[in-house]
Amino acid sequence: MAHSSQRILSPLARARGAGSAHHGAGHWMRQRITAIANIPLMLWLVWSVVHMQGWGYADVTAWLAQPVNAVLMILAVLSTFYHAALGAQVVVEDYVPHPGFRMGKIIGLRLFFIAAAVASVFSILKVAFAG
Amino acid sequence: MASEKPLSPHIQIYRWEITMLVSILHRAAGVALAAGTVLLVWMLLALASGEAAYECFHKFIAGPIGALLLFGWTGALFFHMGNGIRHLVMDTGRGYAIPAARRGALMVFVFAVAMTLLVWFVACPWQ
Repeated sequence: MAHSSQRILSPLARARGAGSAHHGAGHWMRQRITAIANIPLMLWLVWSVVHMQGWGYADVTAWLAQPVNAVLMILAVLSTFYHAALGAQVVVEDYVPHPGFRMGKIIGLRLFFIAAAVASVFSILKVAFAG
Repeated sequence: MASEKPLSPHIQIYRWEITMLVSILHRAAGVALAAGTVLLVWMLLALASGEAAYECFHKFIAGPIGALLLFGWTGALFFHMGNGIRHLVMDTGRGYAIPAARRGALMVFVFAVAMTLLVWFVACPWQ
């Protein structure tokens, strides 16, 4: 099946858009990058929440207003929600046979996680800046 | 148009294996964690909305249903994290031989149980 255009296409260009879901290796790579980021971020989140035993509203907001905690929380939200959207997309691709429903669910999931991420980041920034 | 061919999983025909169990639980834990993001969003929105909203969230999360959800979330997180690390190792081409794959799967269970118990021992509200 050799044809002339193959010669000038790099292996990457040929791989783009390939695979059963037609989005190449980009999805796979982003899933790995966010997975690696999630490990320290989630260990930090669990460790932080464990230490919140007996804290009231003022303690938790004061904690979140600390620059290090606010930045880590924003990173944790963005990385895990992105990872969740990528993972949920794979589940939908595997179990929803109808292409129309499949795309509808993937779009719905993305909109949900974008809204969740914006709500979370806005909340963190409001606590950090307005107290 | 929907294809007549079955999509994965076609699990009825396979004999149960620890590697298969870990794979299925990895996906289930991932879906549970994705759903659990709602709790985190609720907490952050409540913190930004004021003390009354936060008290409402705190009443839920400190209650029996909240504790059960948090315990399940911790277990799902450490299972998904352990198996995620296993996947990252396998991405480098290691651990595919059947004994190594089974050993890795078993280690994921050990990691998940140990980390979950450790967190809840440290965080135990009744001590």
